Amino acid sequence: MDNPARWHRDQFPHRGPSWLRHRNGHGGPLRRDPADRLGGGVAAGIAAWRGFSPTTVRIVFVLATLVSAGWGLPLYVLAWLFIPAIGADANIFSKARTDAGGIRLAVGLASLLIFVLLVAGALNGGWFISWAWPQVFSIAGLALIWRNGSEEDQGTLRHLLEPLGVATDDVKPNRRSALRLVIAGALMAGGLGWLFSAHASLALLRPLGGVLLVIAAIVLALGPWWLRIARDLALERQAKARAEERVDIASRVHDSVLQTLALIQRRADDPQKVIQLARMQERELRSWLFEGRDPDEAGEELTVAAGVRKIQEDVESRYGVPVEAVTVGDCDLDDNLTALLAAAGEATVNAAKWSGAGVISLFAEVEAGEVSIVVRDRGKGFDPEAVPEDRKGLAESVHGRMTRRGGTAVVTTAPGEGTKVTLKMPRSSLPQRGGLGGSPPRDDPGGSGGMGSPRNKRAGRT
Amino acid sequence: MSAPRVVLVDDHGLFRSGVRAELGRQVEVVGEADDVQPAIDLIGELLPDVVLLDVHLPGGGGQAVVQAVKASHPEVRFLALSASDAPEDVIAVIRAGARGYVTKTISTAELADAVRRVAAGDAVFSHRLAGFVLDAFAAAAPQTPNDVKPSFDPELDQLTGREREVLRLIAQGYTYKEIAKELFISVKTVESHVSSVLRKLQLSTRHQLTRWAAERRLA
Repeated sequence: MDNPARWHRDQFPHRGPSWLRHRNGHGGPLRRDPADRLGGGVAAGIAAWRGFSPTTVRIVFVLATLVSAGWGLPLYVLAWLFIPAIGADANIFSKARTDAGGIRLAVGLASLLIFVLLVAGALNGGWFISWAWPQVFSIAGLALIWRNGSEEDQGTLRHLLEPLGVATDDVKPNRRSALRLVIAGALMAGGLGWLFSAHASLALLRPLGGVLLVIAAIVLALGPWWLRIARDLALERQAKARAEERVDIASRVHDSVLQTLALIQRRADDPQKVIQLARMQERELRSWLFEGRDPDEAGEELTVAAGVRKIQEDVESRYGVPVEAVTVGDCDLDDNLTALLAAAGEATVNAAKWSGAGVISLFAEVEAGEVSIVVRDRGKGFDPEAVPEDRKGLAESVHGRMTRRGGTAVVTTAPGEGTKVTLKMPRSSLPQRGGLGGSPPRDDPGGSGGMGSPRNKRAGRT
Repeated sequence: MSAPRVVLVDDHGLFRSGVRAELGRQVEVVGEADDVQPAIDLIGELLPDVVLLDVHLPGGGGQAVVQAVKASHPEVRFLALSASDAPEDVIAVIRAGARGYVTKTISTAELADAVRRVAAGDAVFSHRLAGFVLDAFAAAAPQTPNDVKPSFDPELDQLTGREREVLRLIAQGYTYKEIAKELFISVKTVESHVSSVLRKLQLSTRHQLTRWAAERRLA
């Protein structure tokens, strides 16, 4: 294993005194956290357990490893083996115990390393050999993890072993990486030679130079690969985030769409109810997909468009009559416009209750000077002259609401010809949202009323 | 008039077969495609009168089909059809050259009527498209004198008062016939107003108009 720093990062706090407990720790059983890992997720697990930041845990661990001459790595590997991952019920070791082939491999690799170290020690040892001895345990442990770990653990190991593969036939080395490896090898050899010869030298500068050369060699040889590991881990996290989003969408589809479909199947004999359900679902999905609004949010009517949507929703769900709403431009509400919306709501409810039309059109337009709303149906209409005195409540309330605030209400209707209620309210000088200014003057605002039609009559019905 | 020859382009097989069954007697459905490239190939081969085109297709938006076919066969007419109504998608397909846009919730009779209209060279605006267009041109109107980036033809950047009236009535669910009656003009005149709006929508180079759809989401 040529990357001790990375491996060593994560062990120390686990060995630290148990009173060292930050208030943020979850205090539950210690678990590895594969979601935030550089190696096996041990540091992240400890960090969550004790309530430290994972980076702190890693830094402390690297320092401790430097002091303990390399014993951190095997301890890390042991922690990887014995601490179960989050969500797993058993650790890797319990599985490895029954894996005879894996144990043989581990013992084989460990004894091979022991042999190499014995030979090296006989030739010339020094600190390098003393750092390498603990790795006998590391290599055995890693072999067991390699054989018995989860997909994720194996994936991590594959990343960590990749540079060894470069030397073999795994990845075809291109010219640049070959050159890089040659230079790194030369630096490493020079540095090591310098270091070993330094034992016989009194010059203080020379060991320092050797250390620098070795570090340069390691960075040169392994730098790109470290970067790739970091990038792969980041990509993996992104993929996880995407997967979570998918789950979120799936649950949304389940909560609303599938439930509605189930309801529709059960109410198949009631076409009115089916239409109502389908419209409700359509509205909900549309607002979620295209307007980014959560249908569960309390609908605050702060703008004209939101108010029109509210009327549409209320009428569709209460009377089961589809409302085709179109809004052009938008602006914030003030008292006048709230009154306008209330009048429009009454007119729409009225159309839903009495016209018998299959669909009601609701059109709102926000312009620089005024806001107009047109409620129209193709229903049976009525004779405004014939509305009995006791049923003029609507006329009073719609008309009254509008005129009290300086607006106008015009009802155009005749028996058999549908009804059209045109409401206009001048705007106070509030700044407008969208569609600002610039609209050319209109010869006939709203395209209704005032065109000389003999049927125009201010009236209403209930 | 013989029944128009129609190609259906939609990635939902269920929807295609539904439309085919419903429209069967009133138009001649000569082919179906479920993605951009197959659609382009099929349309080039069959040369139908009208293509009923879903705005959303897996291999790129419906506008990719319109652009590709228009380049080699400008005589083929497109009617966009969508369940989504995201305004930016709809405006993009229209600007690519589609002659109209209707929602998938439209009744069969109205759809057949819209296909015939498009086949005859008219434009078909649903109430929702009319709302989008009014909104787009209002937003595209210059907000300050300095904001003006004149088009090649400034006429294209604004709707006339009459055109706005017609669009408003469409947005209120009026049919062309009802509009003609309401405004005391002929149905032909209504049609020419709508075609003129379509032309402006397609040809206006005012960049505010192209940006409108994208910005609308943020507003």
